[in-house]
Amino acid sequence: MTALPAGIMLLLQEAARAGGAHPLAGTAADWLWLVPVLPLLGFLINGALSLVAVAHPGPADPDAGHGEAKPAHALPPDTAGAHGDDHHPVARHRFAGIVSVIGPLVLALSFALTAAIFFAMRAAHAEEPFIQNYFTWMITGELDLAMAFQLDQLAMVMMLVITGVGTLIHVFSVGYMRDDPGYPRYFAYLNLFVFFMLVLVLGASYPVMFIGWEGVGLCSYLLIGFWFSEKANADAGKKAFIVNRIGDFGFLIALMLLFANVGKLDFLGIAAVAPGMSVAVVTAICLFLFLGCVGKSAQIPLYVWLPDAMAGPTPVSALIHAATMVTAGVYLVARSSFLFSLAPVAGLTVALTGAVTALFAATIGLKQWDIKKILAYSTVSQLGFMFIAVGVGAYVAGIFHLATHAFFKALLFLGSGSVIYAMHAAYHKTGSHEDAQDVRNMGGLRRYMPVTWVLMWIATLAIAGIPPFAGFFSKDEILASVYARAHGSNLAEASLLGIPGSTLLYFIYFIGLVTALLTAIYMTRMMLYTFHGPNRTGEAERGALKEAPWVMTGPLVVLGVLSAFGGWLNLPKVFTDALPVGSTFALEHWLEPVVGEHQLAVTHGKAAHLAAGTEYVLIGAAVAIAVAGILVAWRMLKPEQLVPKKDAPAEQGIERVLAEKYFVDEGYDRVIVQPVYQGSRGFLWRGVDAGLIDGLFVNGSGWLARGFGWLGSAAQTGAVGTYAWVLVLGVIAVIGVFTLR
Amino acid sequence: MRTFDLSIPLDLTAALAPDISLMLGAMVLLLWAAWGRESIARQRAVGAASMLLCALVAGMVLFFMWTDSTVGPGPVAMDGFRWTADLILLLATFATIALSMDYNERERITSAESHVLLLLATSGMMVLVSARDLIIVFLGIEIMSVAVYVLAGMNRRSDRAAEGSLKYFLLGAFSTCFLLYGIALVYGATGTTNLTEIGGRVAAAGATNPLLLIGMALLVVGFGFKVAAVPFHMWAPDVYEGAPTPITAYMAAAVKAAAFASFLRVWMEAFPDVFVQWHYALWWLAAVTMVAGNLIALAQKNIKRMLAYSSIAHAGYILVAVLARGNLGSSAFLFYAFAYTLATFGAFAVVVVLSGRGDRYLRIDDYAGLWTVRPWLAGSMAVFMLALLGFPIFGGIGFFAKWYMLQAALDSITPLARLSVILVLTSVVSAGYYLYVVMVMFMRPVSRPDSDPQPVGRLTRWVIAAAAVLILAFGIFPDPVVRLTRSSVIVPIDR
Repeated sequence: MTALPAGIMLLLQEAARAGGAHPLAGTAADWLWLVPVLPLLGFLINGALSLVAVAHPGPADPDAGHGEAKPAHALPPDTAGAHGDDHHPVARHRFAGIVSVIGPLVLALSFALTAAIFFAMRAAHAEEPFIQNYFTWMITGELDLAMAFQLDQLAMVMMLVITGVGTLIHVFSVGYMRDDPGYPRYFAYLNLFVFFMLVLVLGASYPVMFIGWEGVGLCSYLLIGFWFSEKANADAGKKAFIVNRIGDFGFLIALMLLFANVGKLDFLGIAAVAPGMSVAVVTAICLFLFLGCVGKSAQIPLYVWLPDAMAGPTPVSALIHAATMVTAGVYLVARSSFLFSLAPVAGLTVALTGAVTALFAATIGLKQWDIKKILAYSTVSQLGFMFIAVGVGAYVAGIFHLATHAFFKALLFLGSGSVIYAMHAAYHKTGSHEDAQDVRNMGGLRRYMPVTWVLMWIATLAIAGIPPFAGFFSKDEILASVYARAHGSNLAEASLLGIPGSTLLYFIYFIGLVTALLTAIYMTRMMLYTFHGPNRTGEAERGALKEAPWVMTGPLVVLGVLSAFGGWLNLPKVFTDALPVGSTFALEHWLEPVVGEHQLAVTHGKAAHLAAGTEYVLIGAAVAIAVAGILVAWRMLKPEQLVPKKDAPAEQGIERVLAEKYFVDEGYDRVIVQPVYQGSRGFLWRGVDAGLIDGLFVNGSGWLARGFGWLGSAAQTGAVGTYAWVLVLGVIAVIGVFTLR
Repeated sequence: MRTFDLSIPLDLTAALAPDISLMLGAMVLLLWAAWGRESIARQRAVGAASMLLCALVAGMVLFFMWTDSTVGPGPVAMDGFRWTADLILLLATFATIALSMDYNERERITSAESHVLLLLATSGMMVLVSARDLIIVFLGIEIMSVAVYVLAGMNRRSDRAAEGSLKYFLLGAFSTCFLLYGIALVYGATGTTNLTEIGGRVAAAGATNPLLLIGMALLVVGFGFKVAAVPFHMWAPDVYEGAPTPITAYMAAAVKAAAFASFLRVWMEAFPDVFVQWHYALWWLAAVTMVAGNLIALAQKNIKRMLAYSSIAHAGYILVAVLARGNLGSSAFLFYAFAYTLATFGAFAVVVVLSGRGDRYLRIDDYAGLWTVRPWLAGSMAVFMLALLGFPIFGGIGFFAKWYMLQAALDSITPLARLSVILVLTSVVSAGYYLYVVMVMFMRPVSRPDSDPQPVGRLTRWVIAAAAVLILAFGIFPDPVVRLTRSSVIVPIDR
């Protein structure tokens, strides 16, 4: 029934577009194409510089003015890479200066343009998406696909996050990567990543989105294996790439299902007819789309690549593996809200997968020692939260958490980058081979890096859910949304695996609370071990520990402000009622034109807000749990008793299970990787390929062809008489067929 | 738009204006060619004049096309199909003359008449393409064939050429008997040689008359011989191998295209209503031609013989267009003929370059390591091989040729699913010999004794470059060719 009005809406929109009457036409939004093209330009320039340098190697920059990593020059080359993931040979690239300008500059310009478009959008009150058709991509049969961008409020939020946080991380990279011999290559990849990420969020159809989807996967692969001369890093890149293939397979199946059932692949076209489709088909499409999300956003069972992805440079972990790319799955579900809101079973699957992943990753995070691994599992866990939100149809809450998470997780990663940078410098100084990323080798760093210490505490309080920091509002909204939908929504009425949806939603809410508790504990643990207690770095190295330069701490400060006040984006009503701050549900109102209708579809047309009393109780419980987590960790963990990594005893029992990540990688290796490998080797290669295909088909057809060739040659005697004879035989055959048939 | 009334002699002349102009021009050029002493310079001059004449006639064809002229009932047709086919034939002739000028110079063939003979053969083809009367069909085929018999033996110093030419002549004469006999029987059965009238009478009476059936069968034999369909193909490898290489290309592309164009017109105008009677025979002819042509081509070691069998296989693919009937079939044929012409001339031009004086290097293995010695030539040859294979992107327009052929087969009134499967599978087989050439060029070490082959004539180089560029360009933007061939349909007269 709703298909008709939606179809009429679409026609109206098209008519409006044809008339050029879109309120955004003629504003800065006309320059939309430039937003992704700027980083692409950066990629081309930096890539060219990288290639030029390879073709014409010049002397390394002798400028010793930037002395942060100077001790490293004394490092013998054979010890390169011995200190852990972020260790690498140090040599200033001769184009380092110009790359330092171009790399961040294109992003800053892109961000400025995005901001201009944002203000134009705010002024124009555009209810319909602003579609920009650039050129026809493919026409085959019934498919007519344009290379088109779609600018709407959802895309705008993503663009602001990508270009905004992206710019900060690019600036940080200047300090962090400046002395790497592959510096231009690094910025080329990073710029290319931003380009693809923008294509992903701007694409007006699933195939255009898929270009970005695959492109960011490529850049992720290239950057994880950035220091590819070490096999572990290259392997990590391959692992990410291969695991993501499984997800992309799901994405492609979903595309084919969509095309087979709808005949269209653009968002508006599908959204117009989606309500008329059978629920089973929509559910199947959603589940396959979600398989893509599971790969890209590292959910169970495909999360295994993300912790290994920490092999890449730390700013990459911040940008790609925390703030933007891994959230693409969340964006995909929100973008496909017109489908997911119609398929409660798919929604429940998404939410449940998210909840289980959140809990599972949080428990692993409890016992990790590598500072980046802790953050990686934390990211997996927080992505689980976002999927809980978009799964239950609280798309705004999901995007809200996506944005705040981008702030505080980028801050945490960059902060850890600062810490690792300092640790490195210290270990380089003495030529020590200790692990610069293990928290057991840190301790007491607050005395040496006070700025980083304060900022990371802000991020920790944000992620733990302490008001008024950013994470509190977004996490609270997710939990409240789940609670609110346990009654009176199509999710509550559906059932998954025989369990009523209502029960499942309460269960998910409970898991969310437990995960919030664990989050507070493992984050406090990380902070305690890193910054508090006595220092365990080593007597000789201690003196070299110091704060990173301002080009690195500057972005941290900005992110710190965002982590502290990011919650203002979407203040709940109970909050604005009580205190005279900000506007209520700003983000919710902003995203209303895109997902509002679909959010209401889940809750049968009634806004899913709780009674004020219930909400106070829920908020109280969430805060109490977060505070409890911090206190528990603070009281129970004793940084004074920790010993450096080299002296640490092996873990036993449940601790070992957690530290070894439930042995999932080992299990995958035994159950999937080895059988596939052995099967490929023994059966597919030796048996099928070498035996059957090469032996029978290739050589066999060779024999067959030779046989025919021999027959042909035998008939081809060269004598005209034979030829005439064959011709007459042919004549008889043709006449026979004509007359006797 | 103008309608020509063919009962008026002036209109009939005007309707045949491009064909007649080409014929008259060729005769004038023949006088010039025969006038003085034979020399390289004269050969080249006559060649250049012939190319100019081709261009002029093509201009005339374009004029008729542009004015959208039509005809009333009569012995010749004027429709888009004829004009587009004419353009393809003139393109092929143009390329042949260009190649011949360089080739004749290298092989010291000084007789300038070879170019004139090409023009005469082409004028026969153009008549054939326009023919709407079996007598005109016969006339066109004979004008074409007699000239081509001579052209095949143009190189008088070569025993192989003489042998091939003689074989072609003997067997050609033999098959012409069948064609003529077929025309006679059809006339006996229907009382007319005009295609429109035959169509009307066959539709009215049905095809129960054994005279008509045997007549149709013998027409199939006549056309089958000209397009080298199995089992009427035996002459092709010997003749293709012996003939001067540019003439081989001409036979493979132009002769085949002209014969097929007439085949299509006769079948679509005279026998569309007795589909059931001829469908079975043509189905098997197509299938056997595709299978045998491709399989035997696999075993060839000589590049010209390989291309000869490959052209037999392509005749099988094009037969699918005849079976597909209707406008889809005819436009698929035109598209295919255009693509095939480009790829064939490109490939044979490369053969011309690499064979060296006296055609010494014709084994595929002689191409080993070409990529390292002459990368542009090897790259172009790879494009031509992939185009013949029907490979997307790198095979350019060749992919779309096969694509539209399959589309015509599957979208026809009586879908040819099984034949399409055979087409695809035999195309896979053809990868065995097309990709072998590519493999030899790119992956084998250089084996030729003299690593410095004969320098390439400038015209040959142009033919190779133009063919490669057009194949790749139309592979990305096939739209103009698609639109041209889609609008070039056979327009029968209302009965």
